[in-house]
Amino acid sequence: MVLKVMSANQAIAEAVKLANPNVIPVYPITPQTTISEYLAKFVADGDIKAEYIRVESEHSAISACLGASGTGVRVFTATSSQGLALMHEIIFAAAGLRAPIVMADANRALSAPLSIWNDQQDSISERDSGWMQIYAENGQEALDSILISYRVSEDKEVLLPSMVCIDGFILTHTVEPVDVPGKEDVDKFLPLYKPDHAYLDPKRPMSIGTFTDPNYYMEARHDMEVALEGAKKVITKANSEFAEIFGRKYDFVEKYRSDDADIILVAMGSICSSIKDVVDELRDKGEKIGLVRVRVFRPFPTDEIYEAIKGASKIGVLDKNVSFSIGGVLHNEIKAKMDVDAYGFIVGLGGRDIKPEHIKEIIEKTKNPTTQSQWIGLNKEDI
Amino acid sequence: MVSVGAAVKEPGSTRKNKTGSWRTFKPILDKEKCIECENCIMFCPEGCINKDYDIDYDYCKGCGICEEECPVKAIKMERE
Repeated sequence: MVLKVMSANQAIAEAVKLANPNVIPVYPITPQTTISEYLAKFVADGDIKAEYIRVESEHSAISACLGASGTGVRVFTATSSQGLALMHEIIFAAAGLRAPIVMADANRALSAPLSIWNDQQDSISERDSGWMQIYAENGQEALDSILISYRVSEDKEVLLPSMVCIDGFILTHTVEPVDVPGKEDVDKFLPLYKPDHAYLDPKRPMSIGTFTDPNYYMEARHDMEVALEGAKKVITKANSEFAEIFGRKYDFVEKYRSDDADIILVAMGSICSSIKDVVDELRDKGEKIGLVRVRVFRPFPTDEIYEAIKGASKIGVLDKNVSFSIGGVLHNEIKAKMDVDAYGFIVGLGGRDIKPEHIKEIIEKTKNPTTQSQWIGLNKEDI
Repeated sequence: MVSVGAAVKEPGSTRKNKTGSWRTFKPILDKEKCIECENCIMFCPEGCINKDYDIDYDYCKGCGICEEECPVKAIKMERE
């Protein structure tokens, strides 16, 4: 194994090179931009044999992806924040037309006020679209998740698009050692994409994206629900085959020192690395603290999260997003699906730093709860 | 049964889906007044008027463009 030092953005571009999509329509946006730059270079150098389309907006990028996917080829795009919001219309259409597009989202706050910094509001706001969503903790996981996403999205039992989410700047612009797998191993794990459901072929004409009257619409949407639930089995199989070939084992959730924990924090993405340090520090002092990192957010792994947290007396859920007047989305989904004593904490919006002392404050407030949901790290003088 | 992605794999679904039911106003052509200029045929967005100036009410949605374009006012829109 040769480790190379790279950012998560480069790791994603390396994964895309290995998956070798045929069409790559991308529009650059901070902090995703270097993904589009690496891919442009790979295509220009002939390392990826793909059509690189320099589109005029993100709405066009995802539209071109959908059109290309409709011809039966593998496609890739990447965006962030306002770009993802501009894609919103076609995000839903891509899932409904069952196009197995894989996209990377560099998680960034949504305007207003305008911010280029990290939170997860952008992708969380697309949670109802029918896309699968994976939140990576580091560059290695970002690379691996792209390969797993293609495998799962293109499975005939699933045929839904996937979004791999990486925290803007924290992952996109920091470097760490990454194992870039060999092409032969990737080809074993990820076969050529051969669709037979919906694609345009003059020898087998069909209409895609037609108007649907009330006699058909609900069945089409119900099929998506069945497919997304069914994706859980496919994800499990893909994870175990990935572990066999590449030696890295992923699951819906990652349990970190949580098996005997009295207080468990639940979070997604890069913040989990900081939480692990705090957990280690408090464990050394004899406190029974653990972390459960939700890696796959859609399909929502209700059983896996519940199994991981049910033994704790109290749960603290960190959300880098807010659904105004109800709180963090992950917190609310856990509360809705599970009978657990969970408290929500809104953190890190628009790049607000989440320090170890904030995580300790959250643990204290989980032990001695005063409200269901609260914001952590607000500047006191501004309140 | 809806196919995956609601793709329509057999041609001819528009034969079953008669959009004329959307209509509120129906164009009535007075062939006595008609000068056969073909304006209505060319402007009809649905291709619902044939060379004999017969209107296909199965698919005419009643937009009224034919009435607007007729130079001799041979077409009148009447409420269904």
